[in-house]
Amino acid sequence: MSDNQPLSVEQRNKRTLKKLVIWAIGMFAFAFLMVPFYNVICDITGLNGKTSSTAATDAPAQVVEDRTVTVEFITQKGDGITGEFTSETKRVKVHPGEITLVNFYASNPTDSDMVTQSIPSVTPGVAARYLHKTQCFCFDQQTLAAGERKDMPMIFYLDPEIPSHINQFTLSYTIFDVTERVAGKNNSVAVN
Amino acid sequence: MSTAAATHDDHHDHHHAPTGLKRWLFSTNHKDIGTLYLWFSFAMFLVGGFMAMVIRAELLEPGMQFVDPEFFNQMTTVHGLVMVFGAVMPATVGLANWMIPLMIGAPDMALPRMNNWSFWILPFAFGILIFAVLMSAFGAGNPSAPNFGWTFYAPLSTKYGPASTDLFILSVHMMGISSIMGAINVVVTVFNMRAPGMTLMKMPLFVWTWLITAFLLIAVIPVLAGAVTMMLTDRHFGTSFFDAAGGGDPVLFQHVFWFFGHPEVYIMILPSFGIVSAIIPAFARKPLFGYASMVYATASIALLSFVVWAHHMFTVGMPLAGTLFFMYMTMLISVPTGVKVFNWVATMWRGSMTFELPMKWAIAFVILFTCGGLSGLMLAMTPIDFQYHDTYFVVAHFHYVLVTGAIFSIFAAAYYWLPKWSGVMPSKLLGELHFWNSLISANLLFFPMHFVGLAGMPRRYADYALQFADYNFWISIGGFWFGLSQVIFLVVAVRCAMKKGEPAPAKPWEGAEGLEWEVPSPAPFHTFDTPPVIK
Repeated sequence: MSDNQPLSVEQRNKRTLKKLVIWAIGMFAFAFLMVPFYNVICDITGLNGKTSSTAATDAPAQVVEDRTVTVEFITQKGDGITGEFTSETKRVKVHPGEITLVNFYASNPTDSDMVTQSIPSVTPGVAARYLHKTQCFCFDQQTLAAGERKDMPMIFYLDPEIPSHINQFTLSYTIFDVTERVAGKNNSVAVN
Repeated sequence: MSTAAATHDDHHDHHHAPTGLKRWLFSTNHKDIGTLYLWFSFAMFLVGGFMAMVIRAELLEPGMQFVDPEFFNQMTTVHGLVMVFGAVMPATVGLANWMIPLMIGAPDMALPRMNNWSFWILPFAFGILIFAVLMSAFGAGNPSAPNFGWTFYAPLSTKYGPASTDLFILSVHMMGISSIMGAINVVVTVFNMRAPGMTLMKMPLFVWTWLITAFLLIAVIPVLAGAVTMMLTDRHFGTSFFDAAGGGDPVLFQHVFWFFGHPEVYIMILPSFGIVSAIIPAFARKPLFGYASMVYATASIALLSFVVWAHHMFTVGMPLAGTLFFMYMTMLISVPTGVKVFNWVATMWRGSMTFELPMKWAIAFVILFTCGGLSGLMLAMTPIDFQYHDTYFVVAHFHYVLVTGAIFSIFAAAYYWLPKWSGVMPSKLLGELHFWNSLISANLLFFPMHFVGLAGMPRRYADYALQFADYNFWISIGGFWFGLSQVIFLVVAVRCAMKKGEPAPAKPWEGAEGLEWEVPSPAPFHTFDTPPVIK
C-alpha cells in the first residue's frame, strides 16, 4: 500500500483485527502474570497470611518487655494424613522480640514412608509479616518413616515493630502428604 | 473499498436463494447469525430455566423430596453457567449482530466468516456441558456433573472436582473463544464499517454500550481462559497454582476469577442499558436526555469494573485498607449508574408517553434494575457484607439485576425489534400476558429471597431450616409461575417466525429513531449495500 492512498475497509478491518487478537492474547498472558504479581503483593502486605518461606537470620533488635502478644497454634491434616499432627503448646504469650520455641509433632502410622509438607497461614493476615521464624519444619519437606513419630520444632520471634493493634493472632499449619507428588514428578515442590 | 465491494457482490450472486440447513450452517449474513444467536439463547434460557425449576421444586418444602443434594449442587452450578454464558450473553450478541450493522448503516459485520464460526462453536460448547448433566442424570455409576457452583472456586473444582470438570473446562474454553471472536467482530465493525457521517458521538447508545462491552469481553474473557487453564494444569499436569500443598494459594483463584467475574456482570448489563436507551425515547417521544453523559457513564462503569473485583470476597480476610478500597470503589459505581437511571427518568419526564409492550418491559427494567442496584449498594459495604455473604440476599440481588434487569431488557428488545426481524407485529394479547405474568411472578420469586437471606438462609443448599418454609413455598410458586410464563414468549416468537400476525410497517413505533427503521420490515437479506445518508 502506498502512503498517500487511504486503506481499504478490508485492510483496516484486518489491521484492527490484528490489534485486538494481540490484545486478547496479552490478556491471557496477564492472567498468568497475576500469579507472581499476587505473590509479590502478598509478600509485601501479608495479604494472604503466608509467612516467610526462609529462616530469619537477624537477631531481634530488642525485646519489648511492656507488650505481650498472644500467639495461638492450630493444626489441620490434609488429604491422606491419617496420623497425628499437632503442637504441644496451643497458645503462648510472648513479648515482641522474645525468642520462643514451640514443638509440633507428626506421626505416620502407615507401613510406608511418607513425605510431608506443612503450609503455614496466619490470621489475621496482616500479622504474617511480623512473624519471623528462625527455624521451622515447614521450610523443608519432612520425611516420616513408616510408624515414625517425629518432633518438629519451630522457633520464632515477633518483630518489635508489630503494630499495637495486633494483640493476638493465630498461626495455622496444614500438613499435606506429598509423597506421590515428589516421587511421581521428580521435580522440586515449591516450599513456603 | 474495492475488494470488500467485490466479495460482497459475489455473496449476492449465490446467496439469493439460500435454503434449508445450509443457509444456517454456512451463513455469513449478520441477520441470519443474529437470528441463530437469539434462538439459541432462548433455547438455553429454557434449559437453564428447567434446572431452576428442579431447584425450586426441591426447595418447595423443607427436607429432601426430589433430588439428592449432590444432584442439587449440579443443578445450581449448571443453571448459573447456562444462564450466564448460554442465555444472557448470546442473546445480547444476537441483538448486536442483528442491530449494529443496521444502526450504523453497514452492509454486514466486518468479519462475516468469523461471525459464523463464533456462533457455531456455541452449540458444541453447551452440548458438552449439558452432556455432563445428562450423564449424571441418566448415566450408570453416578458420574457427577460439575457441582462446585458457577464460580468454580478452587479447590472444589481442582482437587475435589468430579471427572466431568474437564468437560467443563473444555466447554468454558469454547464459550470463551466464541465470545472473544464475537466481541472482536463488534469492535472492528463499529470502528471501520460506519456509514459516512456516522461519527462516534452520533451512534445510537446501543452501539456505544456494545462497543464498550466488546472491549470488556476482549479484556477479561482471556483471563477466564487463563483461570480454567490453570485449573486444568493443576488437575492433570502437576502445577500448584491453587494447591496449598504445592505452594499455591486457593484464594488466588478467587482473585483471578473475579478479575474476570466483575467485568463479566457489566458485560451482561451494559447492552441492556443500550436497549433501554433506545426504547424509552421512542415511547416518550423525546430525544434521550443527556446522550453524552450516557456514553461517559457507560465508559466509567466499564473502567471501574476492573477495580472492584474483591468485593465478591470481603470475607477471605483482606487487610483493612484493601476492604476500604474495594468498598469505596464499588460504591463509586453507583454514581455513573445513577446518572443513567436519572437520564432515563428525565427522558420520560413530560414526554408524550405511551405504553406499548417494549416500553412496559423497559420501565419495569428501570425500576427493578434500580432495586437490584440498591441491594448491591448494601452488599458493597464491607461490614454488612460479612452478614449477607453467601445468603439468599445475594441471590435476590443478582437475580434482580440479571433477570428483571438483563433478561427483561432483552424481552424489551425482542418486542421492540421483532417487527423489524420478522415483518409482523408480535401478538399484543400474548405479549401483555407474558409481561404481566412475568412481572408479578418474578417479584414473587425474587423479592422474598431478600427476607430469607437477611434471616440467614445460606445459598446453594438443598435444604433449609424450618423457619424459612413459608417464604420458600411462595418463592417456588413464583418460580414455577415465572417459568411457565416464558412459554408464552415461545408462542409469541414462533408466531412471528411463522409470519402470523399483523404485517409491520417499516417503522412500527411512531416515536422510534434510527437507521434500522429506514429499511423495510422484515429487513431484507442485504441492507445498506450503498451507505445511507446520515442527517
